[in-house]
Amino acid sequence: MTPLLQVEGLSKHYGNFLGCGDVSFTLWPGEVMGIVGESGSGKSTLLNCLAGHLTPDAGRVLFDTREQGLRDTLAMAESERRWLARTDWAFVHQNPRDGLRMNVSAGGNVGERLMAVGARHYGNIRSQATDWLDRVEIDTGRIDDRPRAFSGGMQQRLQIARNLVTGPRLVFMDEPTGGLDVSVQARLLDLMRGLVRRLGLSAVIVTHDLAVVRLLADRLMVMKDGRVVEDGLTDQVLDDPQHAYTQLLVSSVLQV
Amino acid sequence: MIEIADVGKRFVLHNQGGAILDVMHAACLNVRAGECVALVGASGAGKSTLMRMIWGNYRCDQGSIRVAGVELCGAQARDVLALRRSRLGYVSQFLRVIPRVPALNVVAEPLVVQGVDEDHARAQAAALLTRLNIPQRLWALSPTTFSGGEQQRVNIARGFIHPWPVMLLDEPTASLDAVNRAVVLDLIREAKTHGAAILGIFHDAAARDAVCDREVDMAQFTPAAAGAA
Repeated sequence: MTPLLQVEGLSKHYGNFLGCGDVSFTLWPGEVMGIVGESGSGKSTLLNCLAGHLTPDAGRVLFDTREQGLRDTLAMAESERRWLARTDWAFVHQNPRDGLRMNVSAGGNVGERLMAVGARHYGNIRSQATDWLDRVEIDTGRIDDRPRAFSGGMQQRLQIARNLVTGPRLVFMDEPTGGLDVSVQARLLDLMRGLVRRLGLSAVIVTHDLAVVRLLADRLMVMKDGRVVEDGLTDQVLDDPQHAYTQLLVSSVLQV
Repeated sequence: MIEIADVGKRFVLHNQGGAILDVMHAACLNVRAGECVALVGASGAGKSTLMRMIWGNYRCDQGSIRVAGVELCGAQARDVLALRRSRLGYVSQFLRVIPRVPALNVVAEPLVVQGVDEDHARAQAAALLTRLNIPQRLWALSPTTFSGGEQQRVNIARGFIHPWPVMLLDEPTASLDAVNRAVVLDLIREAKTHGAAILGIFHDAAARDAVCDREVDMAQFTPAAAGAA
């Protein structure tokens, strides 16, 4: 089997400040990897470098493209990378406003991504949009409403529908449950787990919530000050942490 | 099916003055197909630690643990995940689930993950829940609201829904009444008949005698100086 994503020696500096340093890992098809660490540990920088939103100073990001196998996405033409971002990749932002068009209807938000990859038949686009609203548990009667009129949890589910409608193989998520109240979080987690499993997606999820990664991620990477201090099987890293920082992180969680 | 040789375990607590706990030394143990072996020993003797090292959520620092032919010491995450998907089952003491997921789906999940048709998986889950006397009106509810004994039975149903060639059981009969305890013992006997290699912790001596072929005392692997620390 070919890895879906292979990251080698990825580094990003902001001036003299280290964003993330010398990160390497391999993600296999169907695997979900979590990245945890406190604010400023470099996890979002890493995610944005992987997804092509930021240009790293060094390293390679190899992605298993459908036509040509493993290709370094950093060395691709911008147009090629944009095409990947619209088709095989998806990016779920913490704030749905960053991932949705707030002045376009819910159906339009989902349909827009389909049109970006060439769909033109209105009826087909609308029926696929309806199908996806249903899959993320949004009442299909609200297809013509704008996301502005949706609750935070609904907006986040709409963002997920918009991202998954083109059948991506790799999903980047930045704090997907951040800012939602706990009952909405649980519902979203359940939904994401089902979708990841049914569609055989691979995902990289950045979060500071250890409970979220325990439920969603197969593997876990712990970052501190821009470096990966520990990585491995999620339950091994959480139940038998080896690094001082991971031990501190795990023991700091409040028990409910 | 489970081959453990010369396994040691040490915890280093970096945030408590770098305290080092030596909890296990030169543990050796084999479990063959169709056999049920009980881990015995006082609290702190390392029974659960060894179980967790076999499951893979505790790292194995020293020695060798082979489960169904896979070496777990130094194994890659994806190899451990593949092992857990179809060959290694674990009934833990406590159920950990996502809120909102119905009990029936919690039980069916190990089959669905292996690609079994969802309706078929749910039908099998329903049969097991019936056998473990979980009333049908609870199936559509999340187990987070269940009593301790009900949660434990959901956990057992989830653990027995697939004929795992290797099974780890952590106190499977704890917090069960006599009727359900008998059902669980039957499930263990059936798994043995199917050729499963089972390693378990049973504080309930009668249950242990009923299903286990032999016992391994963990005290012999406890480092003399450290004890349970």
